Parts: sequence; structure tokens; C-alpha cells
Amino acid sequence: MAKIEVRNLSKIFGKRTKPALEMLKEKKSKDEILKETGLTVGVNRATFDVNEAEVFVIMGLSGSGKSTLVRLLNRLIDPTEGQIQIDGDDLAKMDDSALREVRRKKMSMVFQKFGLFPFRTIVSNVEYGLEVQGMPKEERRQKALESLKLVGLEGYEDQYPDQLSGGMQQRVGLARALANDPDVLLMDEAFSALDPLIRKDMQDELLDLQASMQKTIIFITHDLDEALRIGDRIMIMKDGAIVQIGTPEDILMHPADDYVARFVEDVDRSKVYTAEHIMTRPETVNAEKDGPRVALQRMRDANISSVYVVNRSRELQGIVHAPDIADAVKREERDITPYLQNEVPTCSLDTPMHDLFEMTSSSTVPIAVTSESGKLEGIVIRSKILSALSGKEVNSVE
Amino acid sequence: MSETIYDWFDAILDFLPRLPVGTWAENFVDWLRNAEGFEFIFEGIRNSVGWTTGVLNSFFGLIPPIVLILILTVIGYMLVRKTGKFGLPILIFFGLLFIESIDYWDDLILTLSLVITATLISVIIGVPAGIWMAKNDVVRNIVTPILDFMQTMPAFVYLIPAVAFFSIGIVPGVIASVIFAMPPTVRLTNLGIRQVPKETIEASDAFGSTSNQKLFKVQLPMAKVTIMAGVNQTIMLALSMVVIAAMIGTDGIGRQVYYAVGRNDMAMGFEAGISLVILAIILDRLTQALNPEKRQA
Repeated sequence: MAKIEVRNLSKIFGKRTKPALEMLKEKKSKDEILKETGLTVGVNRATFDVNEAEVFVIMGLSGSGKSTLVRLLNRLIDPTEGQIQIDGDDLAKMDDSALREVRRKKMSMVFQKFGLFPFRTIVSNVEYGLEVQGMPKEERRQKALESLKLVGLEGYEDQYPDQLSGGMQQRVGLARALANDPDVLLMDEAFSALDPLIRKDMQDELLDLQASMQKTIIFITHDLDEALRIGDRIMIMKDGAIVQIGTPEDILMHPADDYVARFVEDVDRSKVYTAEHIMTRPETVNAEKDGPRVALQRMRDANISSVYVVNRSRELQGIVHAPDIADAVKREERDITPYLQNEVPTCSLDTPMHDLFEMTSSSTVPIAVTSESGKLEGIVIRSKILSALSGKEVNSVE
Repeated sequence: MSETIYDWFDAILDFLPRLPVGTWAENFVDWLRNAEGFEFIFEGIRNSVGWTTGVLNSFFGLIPPIVLILILTVIGYMLVRKTGKFGLPILIFFGLLFIESIDYWDDLILTLSLVITATLISVIIGVPAGIWMAKNDVVRNIVTPILDFMQTMPAFVYLIPAVAFFSIGIVPGVIASVIFAMPPTVRLTNLGIRQVPKETIEASDAFGSTSNQKLFKVQLPMAKVTIMAGVNQTIMLALSMVVIAAMIGTDGIGRQVYYAVGRNDMAMGFEAGISLVILAIILDRLTQALNPEKRQA
């Protein structure tokens, strides 16, 4: 079952929102509604599920409604219409005290500009969520220190936020959110205010933490590279409405419309594609069956100077080169095994394209892609990498 | 030709009735004074204000001047110990010693009692009022013009109803000072709370704070520096009222200034005036030293 189910969630800013809501149902656009009613549509009938323990990225440019949407999820902004079910309870209908209970126990939030309390020490910042629950001082201090340790800020507990760098301040923000041990973590552009290198470190660390914590994380960003890097699934928004929801690959390979297509145009594909996406079907010879003549004929037909050798179950044995085989044919030998060379470049199905670059440039033969059992799945040739980089079609992967 | 136009204008203005706002104000004050049930309110205010100033005055009076000077100097030293601005304890020590040496000590502690009482009342009323303004736009829209009125109405005018309700002496002096001096505390409390960054408020809400927790754990601590600046202004304005309050029989250094003007006595005027200046600078620097440096978010 989904952890969070959002149904027809809308936010319209302003007074007398009824007519604007009707117009939304008639599928009128944000601009039309602004023109006719003077009201701004923040979120337009959003419907989606977030699964337990996944990193769900909501992406869009500024003004797309992503920050409004995340604030609707914990009701920092009250929705105009719709449901937000968390574990089956509708957050939109909760009274203040039930809502407070959810905010204290189930959901916490990390902010773009950190939202730390400047007059409190680091540890007392982290304690805040526990303090408002009325947890005894000893106990909450203990939990806060554990949480700080988790984000690598041991020893900084008595400093003040303005004594820390941006990256460290956001670690405090993360520690504060984790101290409550929530099921759901809302992260609003959490890394956008950080330097690119620090941002990458924080992304890695979040993924490391997530591997052990298994929280449900809703991550807002305007950066597609970030979304592709950390998202299990990505939801793209435009003008308050959802344009597409899918895995990073879905988004890259099957953009729902021109808007998404233009979005993904500039993405660094080398980080997304793996060997599986760009490999081609190889010419092979079967060492147990085919002799030198067959091997030479195959190479001539395919106009290549070497060919990979497999056994009956298509396990990679090695490679043979045309000059050697030609010699063997002259000597009328029947077996190619003596000419087999075992030194071949190999990679696995999920090797990122980024790493394949270097391998192809230092190798004269194509790279063999093998499965875990050693089966030859395909080969990667340099020209295919280049065409994938330039945005050409690649293999679809189940 | 032009004369006829002016005649026309005059004729139009002749029709304008004179609004008797002055009489209305007078009637209102009279009504409030004589109305059944209000008496005990004014009686209560008179007694509690009189009691507070009395207690403060006799407390300061009990301590020998040199001891009080030393205590205040030590307090000043403690406040600036970390920042290293040792001008404050030096100023307190020599400034107060000077006032004692020219025999203004009794007037000084009376004036100090008045200023402290007026400031206390201003803070007790002003800070909650400022909080209410910050939380409610309607309240802000109503209170802002009232504060403008309180601050721009010439301070002398407050003496009239103050005397009407509280007769003469130190109590009406305190009341007039409160009305004149309170607005900065209210305004800056409101401003301080409204200036807390939006994300900080959101963070407080997102972790499930009640609105009281938000106020006391986040908004007030973050507004503290601004609120203290308002209290500092209130103290300065209360001090500026002491001379005006002398006109309705409030004792203290202010009365010496008032007498000196009446007698055209330059020497007395200068001595009383410089004593007030010294007290003002000490109070100003003391309250500023109380205010910690603001931490950035």
C-alpha cells in the first residue's frame, strides 16, 4: 500500500475560490483562471501516490507549484480542496491537535535556507521537535546527539548556527528532522543553497542514510541532475499541474510532452545510461562447434577484425583476431581454442556510460557486456556511446 | 472681479459649523471621572502606581549613595566584561559621584523611581499589545493610528486629564509618561515578531509547535533584540517627560529644572540639566549593554 495518497489536491490563493475551482474542473489553464478571477492557482488537482521507503522527487521550475505542494502535504498551507491520506488518515480533514501529532511523530521537514533557530545551540536546534512534544531533557538531548552523530556533526553541539558553514547548517537541519524519527521526510530544495561540490556530497550522504533508514522521502528540486541522481521516481510539475510521473529512465526516454522533453534535453546522459542501454548484439563464434573457417567468414561478413568467442551456454570465453585465424585456416586446423585471447575488456549491465568512455578509449576491441553468470549479453562500441550522448535513441530496459 | 470670488469663498466658509471637539473631549473626561464604577479603577491605579514609586524610592533611599554607586558600577562592569567596553562602569561611577557631590542625589533617585515605574508599566502593557498586533492584522490596523496619536499629541496635553483623574504629584507624572513613552515598545515588539524569517516560523510549525510554544520558543527570542531597542526608546522618552511632569507637581530633577526656568537661575538650571543628561546616558548605555549581539539565521 502507498504511504501517502494524494487525490485531486488543489490550492488556489485568494478569497472566494469556488468559481476558480469549477474552472479547474473544466480543465482551464492557470493563465485563464488568473485572467477571469484574479486568483492564482498554486496546485492544480494533483493526484499521486508515494510508496513506503522510496525517494520521490518533485521537480519543476520556479512557479511550478512544487514548494506549495510540499507545504500542502504537512499543511503549512491549507489546501483549497482534495485529500492527503497518510497511512489511510486524511490530513486535510484533521483538527489542529491531530495535525500537530502527525507533524511531531510522522513527518518532518528540511528547508531550503535551513530554517534554523539562530539563538539556539546546534544540539538545542536538533532537540526542538522533541522539546515541543514535552520529552524530558536528558532523553531528548541523548536523541539529539545520536542524530547529530548520524549526519557527522559530533563535537559541534555547543556551537551556534552562524558559526557553521552552509553545508554543515543543512546537516543540522537534516539532524533536526531525523531526531523525531519520522516516517516521512519532506525536503524542500534542501540542497539548492549549497555549493555544487557540497551538494553532491550531501546527495551521496542522503542516499547512504536512506539505505539504512528506509524513510519515505519527498524531495523537491529544480535541478534535473539532482532528481535523476537521488530519485526512485520523479514527478514533473508545470503551472501547478502534474506533467509526468515515472522512474528517471521513463522521464529521459519517454518524455510525456515537449515540456519534459525540453527539460531533459540538457541532462548529462552519461550519468543516467548504463551499458545495457547502449550495447549492441555481438557477432560471436561458438568454440565448441565452430572452427577457424566459420570464424573468418563471420568476420568478413560483418567487416570486423576480431570476434568474441562463447561456449554453448553463451558464456564468454575470450576473443580471436582475424590474422591469427587466417593463419589457422592456412594450416587447416579445426579448433580455434589455441588462438583464444583471454585479455578482453568487460563490464556489467549496470556499468554507467560515464565509465565506459575511458574503457573504449584505451581498448582496440569493443567492450564485452556480461551478466553476473558470465553470459555475453552484448558489446559496447565507441560510436554508440557518442550517439547516445548526442540524444539519439537508446535501448529500452525493462 | 477677483474680490467677488474671495467673497464667495468666505461666504461658503461661513456656513461651516464649528465642531466642538474640545468640549466633547472635556465632557468625556468629566463623564469618566464621575461615572459610577470607574472610581475604584482610578483609585486602584493611583494606589498601585503610588505604591510602586514609593517602594522604589525608599529602597534606593535606604542604601547609602556610595554603596549604590558601587553596586551600579559593578553591574555595569559585569555587563561589559566580555565586550571590553569599560567606558560604562567608569561613566556610572564618576557620573553618579558627580550628581551626589552637587546634592542632587535625592532628586535623582526619585526621578529614577518614576522612570523605572513608567517603563515597567509600559513593558507590561506594551509587549502583550505588540504581540497581539503582530498576530492580528485587524488589531494592528486599529492600534497603529492610536500609537501615532499618542506620540504626536504634545506631551503637555496629557497633563490635563492626568491631573483630572489622579490629582497632582508623582502618580499623574508616571501616567502621562506611560502614555507618551509606551508606543516604541508596542511598535518594536510588533515589528520584531513580524520580522522573524518565514522559514523559521515554518520550521517551528512543521515540528508541531502549539502557537504558545511558537511564541515563547521562537518568536519572542528572535524578536528580543528589537523589543529591547523599543524598551530603550521608552526609557529615553520617559526621561524626557520628567521636566514636563514637574509642571503638575512631580518631584525629582525635573522639578529643579522647572524651578530654575521660573527663577531664571542659570546655575541651577545647568546643574539639574547636566544631572538629567548623565542619568539619560547611563540608562541608555546600560540597556544597550543588556542587549546581546544579534545572531544571524
